[in-house]
Amino acid sequence: MTPAAATATTNSGPAVAFDNVYLGFDEGDILRGVSFSVPARETLVLLGETGSGKTLTLKLAAGLLKPTRGNVSVLGHQVSSMSEKELLSLRERIGFVFQEGALFDSMTVGENVAYRLREEHVKETEIEPRVQEALQFVELEHTADQLPSELSGGMRRRVSIARALINRPDIVLYDSPTAGLDPITSQTIISLIMRLRDVYGVTALLATQRLQDGFALANFCFDKEAKHVVRVSPNRRPKDGQTADATRFMVYKDGRIYFEGDPQELSSTKDPYLRRFLV
Amino acid sequence: MAARSVKNLATGPRYFQDALDQMDDIGVGSLPIVLISGFFIGAVMVLQTGSQFTRFGQAALTGDIVAIALVRELGPTLTGILVAGRCSSGIASELGSMLVTEQVDAMRAMGTDPSRKLITPRVLATVLMLPLLTALNDFVGLLGGCVASVFSLRLGAVEFWTRAIKALDFADLMQGFTKPMVYGFILATVGCYKGLNVRGGTQGVGRATTQAVVLASVLIIAADLFLTKLALYLGDKLF
Ligand SMILES: Nc1ncnc2c1ncn2[C@@H]1O[C@H](COP(=O)(O)OP(=O)(O)OP(=O)(O)O)[C@@H](O)[C@H]1O
Ligand SMILES: [Mg+2]
Repeated sequence: MTPAAATATTNSGPAVAFDNVYLGFDEGDILRGVSFSVPARETLVLLGETGSGKTLTLKLAAGLLKPTRGNVSVLGHQVSSMSEKELLSLRERIGFVFQEGALFDSMTVGENVAYRLREEHVKETEIEPRVQEALQFVELEHTADQLPSELSGGMRRRVSIARALINRPDIVLYDSPTAGLDPITSQTIISLIMRLRDVYGVTALLATQRLQDGFALANFCFDKEAKHVVRVSPNRRPKDGQTADATRFMVYKDGRIYFEGDPQELSSTKDPYLRRFLV
Repeated sequence: MAARSVKNLATGPRYFQDALDQMDDIGVGSLPIVLISGFFIGAVMVLQTGSQFTRFGQAALTGDIVAIALVRELGPTLTGILVAGRCSSGIASELGSMLVTEQVDAMRAMGTDPSRKLITPRVLATVLMLPLLTALNDFVGLLGGCVASVFSLRLGAVEFWTRAIKALDFADLMQGFTKPMVYGFILATVGCYKGLNVRGGTQGVGRATTQAVVLASVLIIAADLFLTKLALYLGDKLF
């Protein structure tokens, strides 16, 4: 990352902004005019039925796909008009947790987590403790020498989170991190996301089909002193230093944003389409 | 894509370790099939040509002919096709699986250029290893030919070797080593291209794998014609 590029992003603009974004394939447009923005340190929960374009939205935000029309900007950079080479360095500040984990299956868990550091030519002596720390964060330090295929689905998802957070990204994009997991494992994953938000203050874009995930993020926070998850009382914002800031919701329908608002609005809605997510 | 893999060599970051791993896999891994086939092809060549030459009482010429045919033609092309069968398919299926399981996207998401990390090491490794494999194939082929000539043509082993080696000149060797470099380039890029352009999940990976072998083999044979023509032309001009 060039120094100029780094300083350009210290301004207080939104971390991620979509402006009238269209994305289509041969079969037609999937996203049709999506505009939203995520301020720094906020968590945006992206809800939608399967095939509504959640994954595509996250890939657009990481610059893995280019919109057919419209603008995507991340940390003050116009992602949609950047070359792949420029994108590669911007992505150092973005963590991506893929829907299926997308771990490198020919590398051990430890090598997967260390991948980014090795790419950035961090000294080997420094890599070891950082990998341990990241794996400890997701409570999988004993699996460092195993291959991803030897882990359960939930463990793989956690490794994927460890891999995304290893270089302390400013933004983390979670693609359906709880899809296909049992409720207990899902809860573990969500509390990890919560800890990342409250300990490191990352900006997050979380795609999910499960509304509970979003509500959990909105109503609980990780207490650093007590080292466990506590409930946020609705009329009292967390005290200084804690960053369980805003959690907002966005619902996709037919390639457009159908609803955007805070948790209270969503839970008190009368709209029949939205109520389907509430059950 | 082919151009990009070359351009990547000139600029950083480079992945030497990956290239070494690939050389091990492609070079050492292909050794058995190349050696075994080489031996038998050499022997068969001697039997076939030998039986013709004996009719004219010129059995001694067998060594010359077999050496030239092996070094110029059969060695490179056979090695190319064998390695294409093994490595174009291997590369296509490996990269294809990585693509459908989003590992390629994951790589990009973590700031790695897949063309550097995946394509360049494979192309480089194949271009460097194929001439070596061809040289071994040629040698073992002559060995097989020698064995066959001793046992069936009653030609002395020493006579076979001296004639074979005398028959070869510098132009033959040039041709025999340029060809495998081109073939290596073809088979690796075809494998990478097919693998990274997979459509349609696991089934698509299977299809890409087959297509890679077929396309690489056909291209190698087609390239052989042009390279031979070119080599003969240059050979006349220069030597
Ligand atoms: N590479 C592609 N080529 C063509 N169509 C695609 C491609 N990728 C996605 N699509 C289509 O785009 C639509 C949205 O896909 P997307 O993966 O974003 O859905 P999603 O909201 O993440 O669904 P899920 O909750 O099941 O993960 C789907 O209908 C899919 O068929
Ligand atoms: Mg998805």
